[in-house]
Amino acid sequence: MSNPTQPVGPGLPETQTMVTDQVVPPAQEGQRKGKQKGGKPASLWTDAWYDLRRRPMFILSLIIIAVLLVMSFWPSLFTSIDPFNARTCDLSTARQLPSAGHMFGKDNLGCDVYARTIYGARNSIVIGVFTTLITALLGGLLGIISGYFSGAIDVISSRVTEIFFAIPPILGALLIAATFRGRANSIMLVILALALLGWPMTFRIMRAAVITAKSQDFVVAAKALGAGAGRIMFRHLLPNSLAPVIVVSTINLGGFIAAEAALSFLGVGVQSPDISWGLMIADARNRFLDAPLPLVFPAVFLSITVLAFIMMGDAVRDALDPKLR
Amino acid sequence: MGRYVIRRLIQAIPVLLGATLLIFVIVFALPGDPIAALFGDKRPDPAVAEVLREQYHLNDPLLLQYWYYISGVLFRGDFGVNFADVPVSQLMAGKFQVTLNLAVTALVMEAVIGVGLGLFAALRRGKASDTMILAATLLLISVPTLVTGFVLQLVLGVKLKQWTGADIFPVAGVFAGWRSYLLPGFVLAGLGVAYLTRLTRTSLVETLRADFIRTATAKGLSRRRVIGRHGLRNALIPMVTYLGADLGNLMGGAVITETIFNLPGIGNQLFQSVYLREQPVVVGIVTVLVLIYILANLVVDMLYAVLDPRIRYE
Amino acid sequence: MKRTAPEVLPAEGGLGDEPLLAVDDLHVEFHTRAGVVRAVNGVSYTVNPGETLAVLGESGSGKSVTAQAIMGILDMPPAVIPQGEIRFKGTDLLKLSDDARTQVRGQRIAMVFQDALSALNPVFTVGWQISEMFRVHRGMSKSDAMKKAVELMDKVRIPAAKQRVHDYPHQFSGGMRQRIMIAMSIALDPEVLIADEPTTALDVTVQAQIMDLLAELQRESQMGMILITHDLGVVADVADKIAVMYAGRIVENAPVHDIYRAPAHPYTKGLLESIPRVDLKGQELYAIKGLPPNLLDLPTGCAFHPRCPYRQDNCVTSAPPLYEISGTRSSACHYWREVLDGEQQ
Repeated sequence: MSNPTQPVGPGLPETQTMVTDQVVPPAQEGQRKGKQKGGKPASLWTDAWYDLRRRPMFILSLIIIAVLLVMSFWPSLFTSIDPFNARTCDLSTARQLPSAGHMFGKDNLGCDVYARTIYGARNSIVIGVFTTLITALLGGLLGIISGYFSGAIDVISSRVTEIFFAIPPILGALLIAATFRGRANSIMLVILALALLGWPMTFRIMRAAVITAKSQDFVVAAKALGAGAGRIMFRHLLPNSLAPVIVVSTINLGGFIAAEAALSFLGVGVQSPDISWGLMIADARNRFLDAPLPLVFPAVFLSITVLAFIMMGDAVRDALDPKLR
Repeated sequence: MGRYVIRRLIQAIPVLLGATLLIFVIVFALPGDPIAALFGDKRPDPAVAEVLREQYHLNDPLLLQYWYYISGVLFRGDFGVNFADVPVSQLMAGKFQVTLNLAVTALVMEAVIGVGLGLFAALRRGKASDTMILAATLLLISVPTLVTGFVLQLVLGVKLKQWTGADIFPVAGVFAGWRSYLLPGFVLAGLGVAYLTRLTRTSLVETLRADFIRTATAKGLSRRRVIGRHGLRNALIPMVTYLGADLGNLMGGAVITETIFNLPGIGNQLFQSVYLREQPVVVGIVTVLVLIYILANLVVDMLYAVLDPRIRYE
Repeated sequence: MKRTAPEVLPAEGGLGDEPLLAVDDLHVEFHTRAGVVRAVNGVSYTVNPGETLAVLGESGSGKSVTAQAIMGILDMPPAVIPQGEIRFKGTDLLKLSDDARTQVRGQRIAMVFQDALSALNPVFTVGWQISEMFRVHRGMSKSDAMKKAVELMDKVRIPAAKQRVHDYPHQFSGGMRQRIMIAMSIALDPEVLIADEPTTALDVTVQAQIMDLLAELQRESQMGMILITHDLGVVADVADKIAVMYAGRIVENAPVHDIYRAPAHPYTKGLLESIPRVDLKGQELYAIKGLPPNLLDLPTGCAFHPRCPYRQDNCVTSAPPLYEISGTRSSACHYWREVLDGEQQ
């Protein structure tokens, strides 16, 4: 008995009901073929980019992040006052309200709040970016290895991440930062403390994505053709598992910036004379109820920065995974 | 169910030992003199240092040191002493109640507001109210506890009192009974409210697409019963799993919240000890909180099994 | 969607001339971003007590959408019913209020779904799900309703029903799960039972058992049954009459033995010839040429013409009406005589 040559014959079982067959795919879905499993990653990113350019939230977050980057590289573009120069502070003008020369007013020590807020961007961005890079590289690399070679490597690394997951990140980072306080550069210490607690999340996501990608036909085919483990991992699995890692990393970047502020506020993060929004909030705290502005301005900058990264992560996720809109 | 419970219990043991070992290694086994680290910037009195060295068995091999430490923690509830020789367990006693009150307030708010908003958004998916709720969750997730704490303290606590003359939300201490917990509870709940709203919405939207929802409708059940009994019951499963992760957020958030609102809880004690550089107390409190976190997650796993029979009979 | 007017539910008992259930010129559209999908375009059929109507067609022919319209479980929007009536004992269900409709659903007209694993709620015991019918619609106590559930599970021949009533759907085999689905649907003695591909998800051996069970239950209770399927092999033994659907229309209506003896529409003929048969072993299996129609952009004239071996020029321009062949048969083909005579051109 030979098979019918036509792909669709009436004898084939119906696996989907009529409604899902006909109603769900609107015109746009057709253009988004790349999102289906096994599609080429190139078209996935092209589609995502096409989608992202139309999202006001994405554009807005992009603009905010660009401004923040400029602010952290060239703070002097925004203010002529050098907050590291003690002579710019004047105790007799402490908690002065905003005025022409000092648009955000002055803090408890009579220093210009605006200049300090501008200069505070650098540490937030540096800590956020480097922590994210370390977690993405460490978690990503371990995740891809663990996902590709199941077996002992996978069991061990998964157990180790479970242990890390058992420690609430802020508490763990607080413990590390408090233990090594004063024994290392405070900014590096914050980065390492947050990265040590943060990598397991990237690991889990990368591992799950790799395990999904591993069973796809083109990977099986590459294996059958004798491609080596390294080539399969980095040429085939990595590009196909990158999307969720990028999304989570972007959102985490915002989270790390918030965590830095929390650690600095608690006194174990960035240390004076370095400037950090968290530190500024801690410094302004004592007189907050009668002079709220020195606390409010860094708080607003902090919130907008975190918002920008989380908004960008949200937008990228929606663009890559339109299922739940 | 029995086998599942036993399996989870057994799985929790290496995690518990691993996590405490990790804490131990961070504090005592990394390069540098741990006693000097315990004192931070202060210079230890040599006699005190020697006593501490003895107390922490620092002259013994690492694993033996760990054994002394963990057996003390697990079997005697001994989390060490501060520099005044007051046991950490004694420092924490009485403060748990405050933190527990705060956490329960926050959890109730998360459940009521988060589930409510999520339900509302899911049933109005794509409409303006849905979009607005999603935007609000984005804002709640993005604004750090540090910021919401101070801002709400100023606006709802101080200013509202100035304007209305009534102290609706007391802003410091626990002198006003349960009302003292309202504002800090809300601040602490913020992140959880946002995540739970999103999770409820996604989970319910997915569940309402399931075949068994169509079956329930075809059974002639009212829409209220279809959504409330059949839909929500299934959507609850991922929401409960979130609870476990949420407890970690709550613990980190409690340190900030209790500090801002001057609540005499565990988190505030942790902040004080960090400020006073009482490292042994910091280690003790973090260890206790991690143990509680692990146990709470175990309970959440059990709850998960109660809700999802497919897990129970694995 | 609220509609006004007839609040009167069809009475139990006497029917007069009116069939038990009559679908009359039903149209269903889905309004999607890509355009209007005309899933059902003027379907009419009737079912009488004790009668089984098999609705046959491939994926996308509109057979399931018609059934969902009868049940009132279409998502509206995106679905819209611009035209047509669904009369249950003379009352147009489409004109009933939501509340009145809910009273019919499950109690008077019930439905069995294709995949019982996903159609049953995974977090409730099967007993809970069956007994829910009695608790909600009959106001029974939990324990009485549970007793009824056990009785029903016995009736659909689930072994050890008394114990298994406390089990969850995932603990049953596929065939047993479908029996539970059936038990739930017949719980309140509905007058019409719609079975939407009830055996598609099952093993071949189990398929026959489930079909026998349905047929037996129907004989006992004199329900009218609508059996929706894409598989001609399933219907031969149980159906009284067949409606063949293609692209949202009925293309042939006939008593079951007439269709098997001599189909009057080229699509039906194609379906019959594509069933593997033991006596024709070794011969090439027939397959209908071409692809199912795109519902967003239906072919002009007769929707089947691009795939039809009998096609003439007028098939491209004029849609054939349902030609009456005899009192019980009709075919929507301009050339039904040629098809009936078997003269391929």
